[in-house]
Order: sequence, then C-alpha cells, then structure tokens
Amino acid sequence: MRDPATPTAETPTSAERDELRRQGILLTSIEEIYNWGRSRSVWPLQFGLACCAIEMIAASMARFDIARFGSEVFRPSPRQADLLIVSGTVTKKMAPQVVRLWNQMPEPKFCFAMGACAISGGPFKQGYNVLKGIDRYIPVDIYIPGCPPRPEALLHALMQLQEKIRGQRLTGPSAPPHLQAGAACDCPVPAFGGHDLEPPKNPALWQPPVLVRKEGA
Amino acid sequence: MSFSLPSPLESAPGARVRAVRDPFHGDLLEVSMGPHHPSTHGVFRMNVTLDGETVVKLKPVFGYLHRNHEKIGENASYLGSMPYTDRLDYLCSMTNNWAYALAVERLSGQTVPERAEYLRVILAELTRLLNHTCFAGFILQDCGASGTPLMYAFREREKILDLFESLSGSRMMCNFQRFGGCRADATPEWLEAARALVDGYGAFLDEFEELLTGNEILMARTQGVGRLPAKLAVGAGITGPMLRASGVGYDLRKVDGYGVYPRLDFRVPVGADGDTYDRYMVRVLEMRESIKILRQALGTLPGGPVMDPKARLRGFRAKPGEVYSRIEGPKGEIGFFLISDGGPNPYRYRVRPPSFINLTVLEDLCLGHSIADTVVILGSIDIVLGEVDR
Repeated sequence: MRDPATPTAETPTSAERDELRRQGILLTSIEEIYNWGRSRSVWPLQFGLACCAIEMIAASMARFDIARFGSEVFRPSPRQADLLIVSGTVTKKMAPQVVRLWNQMPEPKFCFAMGACAISGGPFKQGYNVLKGIDRYIPVDIYIPGCPPRPEALLHALMQLQEKIRGQRLTGPSAPPHLQAGAACDCPVPAFGGHDLEPPKNPALWQPPVLVRKEGA
Repeated sequence: MSFSLPSPLESAPGARVRAVRDPFHGDLLEVSMGPHHPSTHGVFRMNVTLDGETVVKLKPVFGYLHRNHEKIGENASYLGSMPYTDRLDYLCSMTNNWAYALAVERLSGQTVPERAEYLRVILAELTRLLNHTCFAGFILQDCGASGTPLMYAFREREKILDLFESLSGSRMMCNFQRFGGCRADATPEWLEAARALVDGYGAFLDEFEELLTGNEILMARTQGVGRLPAKLAVGAGITGPMLRASGVGYDLRKVDGYGVYPRLDFRVPVGADGDTYDRYMVRVLEMRESIKILRQALGTLPGGPVMDPKARLRGFRAKPGEVYSRIEGPKGEIGFFLISDGGPNPYRYRVRPPSFINLTVLEDLCLGHSIADTVVILGSIDIVLGEVDR
C-alpha cells in the first residue's frame, strides 16, 4: 500500500479512506503509521560548522519555528540524533570528525548538505584546506543550495526529507540499507596523508564526473 | 607542579578523557572539549587539564574552520574580496565590509560622499545592536538558560535582518559597501522602518534587562568569574567591549574618529571589575549608546549620492603602497592590512581579527575556575570561528 492514490483491487482509494475516516474508522498499515511517526520526529544533531549554522539556529527560533515539523529537539549527542545537518564549510581538518559523528549516529539516519560549502566547497573551493563537498565521504540525502540558505530553505529540505521517509518500505529489496542484513552502514574515516586526506574520497559514494570528448573535436 | 603532560597538540581530537597520574596532586584529567561541542560557538577545541573540576591548564586548538581567506584574498581582485569579508565574522558582515572598503579607499585615496558615511554609521550601529543582542542570548545559553533569552534575541535579530535584506538583498551576507560609497541608496520607506526599529529597541532592551541583568543566577555564574586585569588586557592587545569591561576606555570611534563619528554624541561605557558580568553589562550599555547614535544619524542624514561618481569598481587597480586601516567592530578592532604592487589584486592581504586576538587570554581567564565556567568565559569573549580561523 505504497501510494493510496493508485488503488488496486485490494487497497481502497484515498477517497474511500477519507469516507471511512469520517465514519470513525482509521485504515492504515504498519509501514504507513511507522513512517508517519518517524517522519515527524526527525531530531537533528546540534552541530554547527560555519555561517550556515547561524541560519540553522534562526530556523529553530520563534520566527521560523522548526518545531512545527517536530525537529526542534537538537541533540548534543550523535547517539540520539537522526539527522546530521552539515551546516557550513568542511575543512580537511574537520572532515574526519564529521565522518566520525556520522558513524556514531544510529540508523536510520539522514544527512543534509546545507549551503554551497558543504555541497561543493562553495566560494572557498579554491582553498587548499577546504573539502570540496561532504558527499565525498558520507551519503547526502538532501542538498540545500544557498550561501547561506535561508531558514525557509532548510524547512523545505526538512519537508522533502519527510516525504522521502514516508515513501520508504519496511521490507523487500527497496527497503533502506539499515533494514537489510549485511549492508555496510559505516563510512571510512579519512586521515591526514602526505598531501591530502587519505582516502581522498569514498569510492562507493562519490566518483569524479567522467568527461567524454567528442570525436573530431 | 612537577608533573609532565604529553603535548595536547599531539593527541588526537575527539571527546575523550585521559587520566594523568601524579603522586603529589593525585589524578589530573585531560579533557578534550570540541571541536564538536555545543558550547564552543562553532568548531573550536579546548584541551583542558583538570584537577578535580578546577582548570589547571587550557590549550586552545583551532584551525577547524581555516578556509584560506587571506590566500584567496591575494588571488581575487580588490572587489572580489568584498563578499569574502562577509564570511569572516558572519554575524557582522556590514562592519567587515566597511573596514575593508576603508582600507582600499585609503590605499587609493578615494573619497566617500556624506550620505554614504552616514549610511555606513547607521548600518554599523545596527550591526552592533544585532551582535550584542545575539551575544546576550548566547551567553545565557552557555549559562544553561537554553531557549528563552536566545529566542528573544533572535526575534530582534530578525527585525534587523529584515532591514538588511530590503537594503542589500541578503540577510546575512550583505556585501554592501563599495570603494567610494555604498552599493544602493536607502529609500525613505527604509529609513522610516529603521526609525521605527530604533524607537522600539529601547523598550526591548528594558524587557531584556529586566529578565537578565538583575537575575540572581546570571550574577552567580558571571560575577567574579574570568577576571581580566587591565594591564594584561592592554598587553595582550585585547580590544572592543572586552577591553572596556576591564576599565580601559579605548574605543576607535573616539580614538580614530573615522566616518562621521566625531559629529555624533555618544559615551563609551567602561567596566570596573573586568569579569564576565562586566563584559555582559558593557555590551548592554553599548547597545543603549548605539540607539543614541542611530537616532542622531537617522535624524541628520543628508541628501545626495551614496557613491562617488568618479569611483571605478571594475578593473580597479590601487596605487602601489601599503595601508592598515581599522574600525571599531562589535567584537573589537577589525583591521585590514593591504600591500599593493599596482596590480589588480593585493600583493598581501591580512586581516586583524578581533575575536582571534581576544581569544589569546582564554587560558589566563580560565585558570582556577571550574570547567563549567570555561564555557561561560569563552562565551563572554564572543568569538566567531570564521574570523578566528579565517
């Protein structure tokens, strides 16, 4: 019963479900109510890196009120958090710590790359100490462009994440990795090498774009 | 004390605790606070050695947000560095812009129209209000009052950010000052909105102070904590509200008299004890003075252009030479040192960040206090890591 809008012979349409709800009958499935619950209690890690962190704080304050989405509970410990908001420039000195925090978070967990720096290095991309995107080391669910993104953009990303969680299956091959036996969830933590971080990327997550040269060009 | 410690700089980062045995003093604990710690205002790390709960040694470790600001500034054009200065102290982009624009203007001998000078003062004082309000919220957060004071502070911050946004197009990264003036003129409606904000700010401060200034818990946590003697403050190059809290009445707005500050009537609040409570109080009093400055500047704002018509922004080249120029930012003296070889980009570009230099006395302030007090003391220095690490 993934999408109530497209009925099969067994599943009722959303109109039928609405009609039942008016009669006081709530029709749901374990998957649906489980996803409904956890999509509305995404607890972020209280973790700020740079400028974007100030907008993240602003999103949790009265005007933008992230509590409307059930995400006001910023946890200081990664063990209690569901969402890592990488809010700001990740430097090469900080990248191992970010990956370690990600590994310390329990599954199911999600990651936002907030701002141009976390996505690609942003304005500081040419810097020798700046990581060119956190997606080289940890899987990013949602990218929030902006420098810094407005708090509304963060809230929009949160709504998109809720949408994603509501679409997740509990069983079967399309279930998220943490529900599949034997799936690797930890990311290797980079270390300082001779010239750069070692390894410079997690090849399972990120590959450089392939440039194809046209014939005769 | 006769014990040897491994250099904290050699130990790996991460939250961890190590006991160091010493037969005379008992066990000392080495605690690594940060770089991910809710109270470090970003990615700052303190390696604290504790005797019980008392700090006997503190080693700051930074560089976790070193994003090569100065090197990028040497490779970008003069104007191309302006948006990067926004990201130095990301709470106070307007004053950073002003300090950098002033440096380039002095280097190239440009003049600024009268209206732009007034507009710069207005924006700088609004930034000071914003910074000090957020400071009060954050330090109360560090004291354990999570939520309410910060909520109040950010409510007011949003009002100022609305003004910035309608003027410059961006909430935080204003990128507003140019060499020879300001990028855009303030409309009469904008000035009306700014006047309304300034008129209402005093009432907000009254409300805020009623909550905080006489608060017994705040006084217990901050009075007599982290006392900074005036001699040490001057010797270490401390500037800004932190220096004035130690009783030294040194304010670049009075000393240098840049912009139109000599024409405006305001006082410089000075503390008596130099403790954390004084550092909080000086900032609150400074906000009251900022309101006075804003009233005068908004009342006497002259007409005319906001940009020098002779100013050339694209393809700008400064005359060969060097300049150091500074202004009184909300956190202290923010200065830019530029060497020009006549090319399109500076030969050397150096920032004098106030919060980095104010941070140098952190160990002196924290020694002998409990570990919980280091959090409050660090909060009272008012650092922004974008500026500390650059």
